[in-house]
Amino acid sequence: MEKFTQLSGIAAPLPLVNVDTDMIIPKQFLKTIHRTGLGKNLFDEMRYDDKGNEIPDFVLNQPAYREAQILVTGDNFGCGSSREHAPWALEDFGIRCVIATSFADIFFNNCFKNGILPIALPEAERDMVMTDAEKGANARIEVDLVSQTITLSDGTTINFDVDPFRKHCLLNGLDDIGLTMEKVDAIAAFETQASSSRPWV
Amino acid sequence: MSPKTLYDKIWDAHLVQEDEDGTSLIYIDRHLVHEVTSPQAFEGLRLTGRTVRAPDKTIAVPDHNVPTTEDRVNGITNPESRIQVEALDKNAKDFGIHYYPVSDVRQGIVHIIGPENGWTLPGMTIVCGDSHTATHGAFGSLAHGIGTSEVEHVLATQTLIQKKSKNMKVEITGQLSPGVTAKDIVLTIIGRTGTAGGTGYVIEYCGEAIRALSMEGRMTICNMAIEGGARAGLIAPDQTTFDYIKGREHAPKAEDWDAAVAWWQSLRSDDDAHWDKVVTIKGEEIAPVVTWGTSPEDVLPITAEVPSPEAFKGGKVGAAKRSLEYMGLQPGQKLTDVEIDTVFIGSCTNGRIEDLRAAAAVLKGHKVKPGLRAMVVPGSGLVRKQAEEEGLAEIFTEAGFEWRMAGCSMCLAMNPDQLSVGERCASTSNRNFEGRQGRGGRTHLMSPQMAAAAAITGRLTDVREMLSPEPEPA
Repeated sequence: MEKFTQLSGIAAPLPLVNVDTDMIIPKQFLKTIHRTGLGKNLFDEMRYDDKGNEIPDFVLNQPAYREAQILVTGDNFGCGSSREHAPWALEDFGIRCVIATSFADIFFNNCFKNGILPIALPEAERDMVMTDAEKGANARIEVDLVSQTITLSDGTTINFDVDPFRKHCLLNGLDDIGLTMEKVDAIAAFETQASSSRPWV
Repeated sequence: MSPKTLYDKIWDAHLVQEDEDGTSLIYIDRHLVHEVTSPQAFEGLRLTGRTVRAPDKTIAVPDHNVPTTEDRVNGITNPESRIQVEALDKNAKDFGIHYYPVSDVRQGIVHIIGPENGWTLPGMTIVCGDSHTATHGAFGSLAHGIGTSEVEHVLATQTLIQKKSKNMKVEITGQLSPGVTAKDIVLTIIGRTGTAGGTGYVIEYCGEAIRALSMEGRMTICNMAIEGGARAGLIAPDQTTFDYIKGREHAPKAEDWDAAVAWWQSLRSDDDAHWDKVVTIKGEEIAPVVTWGTSPEDVLPITAEVPSPEAFKGGKVGAAKRSLEYMGLQPGQKLTDVEIDTVFIGSCTNGRIEDLRAAAAVLKGHKVKPGLRAMVVPGSGLVRKQAEEEGLAEIFTEAGFEWRMAGCSMCLAMNPDQLSVGERCASTSNRNFEGRQGRGGRTHLMSPQMAAAAAITGRLTDVREMLSPEPEPA
């Protein structure tokens, strides 16, 4: 997994609530057996018309936001299906950080497995970031995971919370499986105990 | 010992290790696998030279991509879908896990075949790369969806890194009125609490109206815990649960059965357990409902009118405007005036035998309105077989429904069963998101009875009118 330490980039405003994973990456693109190449279909049904032409109004089609690395959005982002194709598509497009008022549980977990930092902010602070994002490409936003701060284009800083274990994994690009494999003795001991207490499992 | 909830008890029984900050390693008893969210996980195992730690606890089935027409025995024509199903065939064989291929009568939607074959048992931890894994919570097991990276983690270690969720109790008191089903209960809950109302929680559903439900109804409720935002939904096991499980292929037998039931009987929340959030709804207040918008929280009784966006607050005002435009509806329009093009009965929410019985009971002696497309997709090959034996298939086909093979089908439209732009569907599935059943398709979620009623009239319909017809004038 790619490390996440610091990011300075353009933030795209997507002021919608309940953006679901079907919107982020529609089901027809889940037929792949690979993790890569999904960026071109990120937000496919909002981004392209029936003929596959770009819809100019959609934020990621606007010249200022085509290179966005941060997405600023509303409540319950990533709800619905557990498809990890959603963070894969964001990552493949180049988005490494999503800032919202709240996230759906499974999507939130999936982000951390893919080097994407999801940040939940109170509404007033999310609104400040949204206002800055709406200024376009000249307003670069800086996200620093080490100090847990967002710095807006006018120098205003906003602090954010992140789970310490997840922060550690993101900063070091750690693979969860490798970490758990080191606990194989504890797993084996659990299995021995469980097979006598619940043999039917 | 401090009082515990059912969730606390299952969590504690599966805790391998807990760090100081609460990050925990949880053992997984059953890992269900389907073709869409697993290929990259198996690829990961191959790349790192890892194996499946507990192949005997890992069960795979193709369901999302499979066509539901009978000619599927000749193979899948869509090349991408075929590659994904073939990848699962190969992964199941290479890693030695339990597998139900498309040709097996036990093939079906992963959340239907798990319980059906006795893999799902009370007190277990169950995961799958699919958000509707919450279904299995109906047995009093802790079951939830995971992403593909976590699928790989469970394959390799049979554990998951988790932090404990909070406890939420949803109590449905009293009794349901005629025409009201488990689907109406769960949609009503989501309508009240919202799609993020359960975020950060595991929900336990309880109360007299829940106790009275069959296992099929309980599965419908827990299935949609995810639409309410919760990690998982649970219902404490009882005699109804044990009766459902007994005798199933992979259920415990002989002395194991007695020991299992003894433990299962202890799986209930203590009376003085702590709840972080409590919601209580009177069963008598729940009406047959439908969704009007593009979020599962957009729920109203069938007797209501399409709401005005101005009736909402905050970001929901814009969301409701967008929904109504997408759905092609006007504020103030009566829901029962909304005409439909298609009816879909099936999915992991409502594709079980009881759902088909309920829909058939409404349909019996009636015809699907001419011009309507109507299909029934049983949740598994075994459900299909049983429905044929009970004469339900005949009722559906005589009414004008297509009688399909098992799979996820039009619930998410990854196979050829899709809506076209503007096509309006009365659907027993779980999500009414934009494009969910096909690009531009318009979904109204409802119970199997309500979908059957809509098939007859060609519009959203209050099934209660059909259950108790007006007496003939004297």
